[in-house]
Amino acid sequence: MYGKGLRPLSLITAASVALTLVAALFWAPNDAYLGFLQKIFYVHVPLAILTLCGFVAAGLMAIAHLRTRDPRWDMRSYVAIHISLIFGVTVLITGSIWARGAWGHWWVWNDPTLVSFLLVMLLYATYQPLRFAIEDPERQARYASVFAITAGAFVPINFAIVRLAPAYVHPRTLSNISGNLPGRMQVVFYLALFAITLLWITLWRFEMTAKHVAAQTRRLRALLGEESDEEGPVRRSAAPSLTHAGSVS
Amino acid sequence: MAPLPLHTAGPYVAGAYIAFFLIVLIYVAIMATKLTRSERTLSELTEQVKRRQRSSDDNGR
Amino acid sequence: MTRPASSTVVLALLRAQLRLELRTFESLPAMCLFSVTAFLLFHFGLDVDSLSGNLASGVLWVTLLLAALLAINRVYVADAEQGGFDAFVLSPAERSTLLLAKMLVLLIYLAVVELVAVPAFAILLLEPSLWQALPSMLGALVLGNLGIAVIGALVGALAVRTQARDLLGPLVSLPLLVPVLLGVARWTAPLFDAPRAGAVALRWPLVLALYDAIFGLIAFALFDFLLED
Repeated sequence: MYGKGLRPLSLITAASVALTLVAALFWAPNDAYLGFLQKIFYVHVPLAILTLCGFVAAGLMAIAHLRTRDPRWDMRSYVAIHISLIFGVTVLITGSIWARGAWGHWWVWNDPTLVSFLLVMLLYATYQPLRFAIEDPERQARYASVFAITAGAFVPINFAIVRLAPAYVHPRTLSNISGNLPGRMQVVFYLALFAITLLWITLWRFEMTAKHVAAQTRRLRALLGEESDEEGPVRRSAAPSLTHAGSVS
Repeated sequence: MAPLPLHTAGPYVAGAYIAFFLIVLIYVAIMATKLTRSERTLSELTEQVKRRQRSSDDNGR
Repeated sequence: MTRPASSTVVLALLRAQLRLELRTFESLPAMCLFSVTAFLLFHFGLDVDSLSGNLASGVLWVTLLLAALLAINRVYVADAEQGGFDAFVLSPAERSTLLLAKMLVLLIYLAVVELVAVPAFAILLLEPSLWQALPSMLGALVLGNLGIAVIGALVGALAVRTQARDLLGPLVSLPLLVPVLLGVARWTAPLFDAPRAGAVALRWPLVLALYDAIFGLIAFALFDFLLED
């Protein structure tokens, strides 16, 4: 049951996102260099951190899938990548807006963080097409897990390597926080990180519940022995079906 | 570099925050369509169960 | 049934694949032809007669990377289409021997292609002479090829039994190969500078070796799961 406790979680998430907004816009001081523009930081950076952590988490879930052969782990990994892809798109948009405001260009190549983020997104953009291109659900799940583990390992390595490339302009978040980020900014940043983490978890739970409902409905239809409405060959899908190998509880 | 004045930076910040909320809202909208589909399927299945019960009641008599 | 020694299996698989290539000539001539054609494309596209430094390094490595994609796409096709996978899974051999054999095949293909493409590049486009840079260049080729072979052997197996393997192979492998490209291109760029800059930064060989090793481990850990049916 993934829907359990979803309502209090959603309420806490909504409250902390709202609190973050107020704190970021009205309570945190303006940055000495970037001024008001620096407010983008509170939405951009936590989103980026959550996207990457989500990808790594999906890799860990994929490891659990290959170990246990439980299709639910494949579903978890799939949904984690799904949510992280959505977050990733917002990271690219907000990052691009920041670049435009701070450096005058919509895209800057001499920023390794932005470039490696795009690279990671391009890699993960092939996850759904890969799933879609494999018909057998069991093999689809297995191959998707192999992809998720490989790509999950690629995420931190890629960031380390691209950062070695010289000449970057991106503000170093973590060093900023430990170093010269003033107290209030630090508080608001951690608050934002907390809120966005909750948002990621809430959306993940929402999606898991929806997928679970769909799977249960399919199972109910099968139990009732009703013929499928759709004629012709079975519709291919990129989403895990949860119908192969074992029962779903 | 001098800090950007509010009237220059404002639209950028607003744009970034709006983009964030817009994408979350689009996601919610997509979830809504999925929910509607599940709801429809479930009501179809309920109808079917009712029909069956009725016909088995008829046969019983 | 006794399990055959892994080295025997790898050699047998390698020999079979090379014999297949020598009979059909599916990959190697296409790769060589492609790389020379790409140099021509760069000549016309960039409208330059000679290249040096970063640009030369980039053109050479992008060409080699794209040529390698041709082999990555094809290296498992015979196994998937003619029952090689099934026969191999039924045999008592260790599964990772197939991965090792495919890596070696890719390494050999790349070496042969580079025997054609690097001299062709030096003659057609490269401004400074290649001779002095040769030892360092060889190192870059070895570590670069290793990275391409490791990722190609894993992604090739992932993509070959999908509906759109010609698309998925390159789409999945290219982002994974970008760090390899970054490493080798930055490594060789100073070698191609007209007045030779000399010192090669030590970090690129190290980064490449580390990347190759990590993805080698990942490939060996995950390959078994791709062969399970």
